[in-house]
Amino acid sequence: MAAYIARRLVWVVFLLFAITLITFILFSVLPAGDPAVARAGRQPSPELIESIRHQFGLDKPKPVQFINYIGDILPFVGHNGVYFGFSYTNNAEVLPQILDRLPTTIFLTAGAVVLWLAIGIPIGVISAVKTGSWLDRLSMGVALIFISAPVYFLGLVALYLFDDKIGKFPVLPGNSAYGQAHSFPEKAEALIMPWCVLAASFAAIYARFLRGNLIDTLQEDYIRTARAKGLSERRVVFRHGVRAAITPIVTLLGLDIGILLGGAILTETVFNIPGIGRYAYNAINVSDLPVIQGTVLFGAFFIVMMSLIVDILYAFIDPRVRY
Amino acid sequence: MDTPKAPLLEVENLQVHFETDDGLVKAVDGISYSVERGQTFGIVGESGSGKSVSSLTVMGLTRSRNARISGSVRFDGKDLLGASEEDMRQVRGNDIAMIFQDPLSSLHPFYKVGKQIAEAVRSHRDVSKAQAWDRAVEMLGLVGIPEPRRRADSYPHEFSGGMRQRAMIAMALANDPKLLIADEPTTALDVTVQAQILELIEHLQDEFDTAVVVITHDLGVVAEMADDIAVMYAGRIVEKADTNTIFAAPEHPYTWGLLSSIPRLDSPRDEDLVPIAGRPPSLITLPSGCSFHPRCPYVREAHKRIDPKLEPVPGHPDHEVACLLPPETRRRLWAELQRGVKPDAARQGVMREEEAA
Repeated sequence: MAAYIARRLVWVVFLLFAITLITFILFSVLPAGDPAVARAGRQPSPELIESIRHQFGLDKPKPVQFINYIGDILPFVGHNGVYFGFSYTNNAEVLPQILDRLPTTIFLTAGAVVLWLAIGIPIGVISAVKTGSWLDRLSMGVALIFISAPVYFLGLVALYLFDDKIGKFPVLPGNSAYGQAHSFPEKAEALIMPWCVLAASFAAIYARFLRGNLIDTLQEDYIRTARAKGLSERRVVFRHGVRAAITPIVTLLGLDIGILLGGAILTETVFNIPGIGRYAYNAINVSDLPVIQGTVLFGAFFIVMMSLIVDILYAFIDPRVRY
Repeated sequence: MDTPKAPLLEVENLQVHFETDDGLVKAVDGISYSVERGQTFGIVGESGSGKSVSSLTVMGLTRSRNARISGSVRFDGKDLLGASEEDMRQVRGNDIAMIFQDPLSSLHPFYKVGKQIAEAVRSHRDVSKAQAWDRAVEMLGLVGIPEPRRRADSYPHEFSGGMRQRAMIAMALANDPKLLIADEPTTALDVTVQAQILELIEHLQDEFDTAVVVITHDLGVVAEMADDIAVMYAGRIVEKADTNTIFAAPEHPYTWGLLSSIPRLDSPRDEDLVPIAGRPPSLITLPSGCSFHPRCPYVREAHKRIDPKLEPVPGHPDHEVACLLPPETRRRLWAELQRGVKPDAARQGVMREEEAA
């Protein structure tokens, strides 16, 4: 087990390096505009641009720039104690900026995860047990709608309907409410609408996924054995059916959490929530490479770590899995 | 007791039909049999003959919503077909237990073997977890698993195929059922293990005084164990008799076919096995008349129109057969086949004799 985890961690480091390289290359080859020009303000003198370029190290060859950046993000190396470099736009250190926004993104993700599991799992189980019933048809129909509706559409519809300033039924704090909230209850209230919008499509995906899995599982021979033993139908479905059918959901859940921790870009943008996702979105808009690199690296880190955690969890969930 | 007791299991005119998009599937089409206490009853037939469906129906496990079930199933004087789901739950695993073909897929991969057995105990007995676990260990020991206390802590995938089937048997017998239904109990096992499992079932049957229904496609499996045998074809019983009669004086051409497709140690080594020609019929569009007629080497024109009834063989009230051939002809054909004559030659020989007569 320890050897397996060590092997995987080596792989994680390699993966993160590759992702950093790809992001760097993409940024270099795409016409992103000259960061030095953007930084210099209106009508800069060529000397000013040149000095900014020198300050950012942009006058060095690309490979050197890349190596410098790698040096910036390496633990214990850094850049005089600064990691991930400085933003091109406001010279702020990238790492503290990301860490500042991380709790917001975690809060948004955690609430949505709880919500979509609480909705998706019961619906999936009921639909699988009552396949073909009107309840099954209705919930799968609704699920299809929520899967098909993108967050930026659903989010705008939600704001249009429920935003307490512009909504038809002004009941919930909407756009920008999170940034203005001070206390924890206020922040939670501000996130109700984003949580629902973010959870909607995930709940739909999980319900459909679990339904399909459970329908297949309930055809298994060991379910027939459980019934032949004289177990109650409830026990057959939950202890024997759901226990097996829900296992693959752990994989899905791990990756989804990883992706969202890297920034729920659409949700954070639509609702103007100051998390990592919106930070990345703004950075992309102004070609702020250090911020883009930092947020991409953070996102990738969460995804690969979550997938590692999921694989380790499997050894505990499924006794057949051994490392 | 002096008064003759009713049989333990009495199945009468059981029909299990499934409504599908392609038509009505007559999986079981009016079968009757009874099993006495402590006895072994063998049901033999090809896949699709309805042998598994009929016993799943006895257990109340024919769950498909499109199943149409009629007839009657009485167990220990109790009607099972009309019983409520909760009553059936009490019967399953307690009065009637079942083991299945593939012990790997029949055990839950995520739970320890001991836990799965203990669960069966606890669903019918008001005992503590520790007591149920002890019972599981005791049962694992009874079915011949070494170090049962340690092995109860293992998962199914850590067992060999034979051990898994032993564990299934331990689970089935944990509540001391009156009837054990074994659905192809040895089909998925290595040949060397098959005999051990059959021996184990027989041994435990004596010890627990359990009646057993063995479902198999292999007459060899029931030869040693069964007291009576029913041969099923296309959802019906085509021949039913005690085991000796089935092997010594079978009356149905399908039974002959099954018998001659078993290799025998005493036959010459270069002799070919005689397979039954053709394939089992579709249960949606059964052949007219005798449903075996398209595959029967001795078919006559009238057999394609007349549906044979399961009737006693003259002089043998306990030997029933559903065949339209005259009894004398059947006897002569079987005598020919036993001499090693191939079915086609036997037919021609017997037909010549009949014409001469």
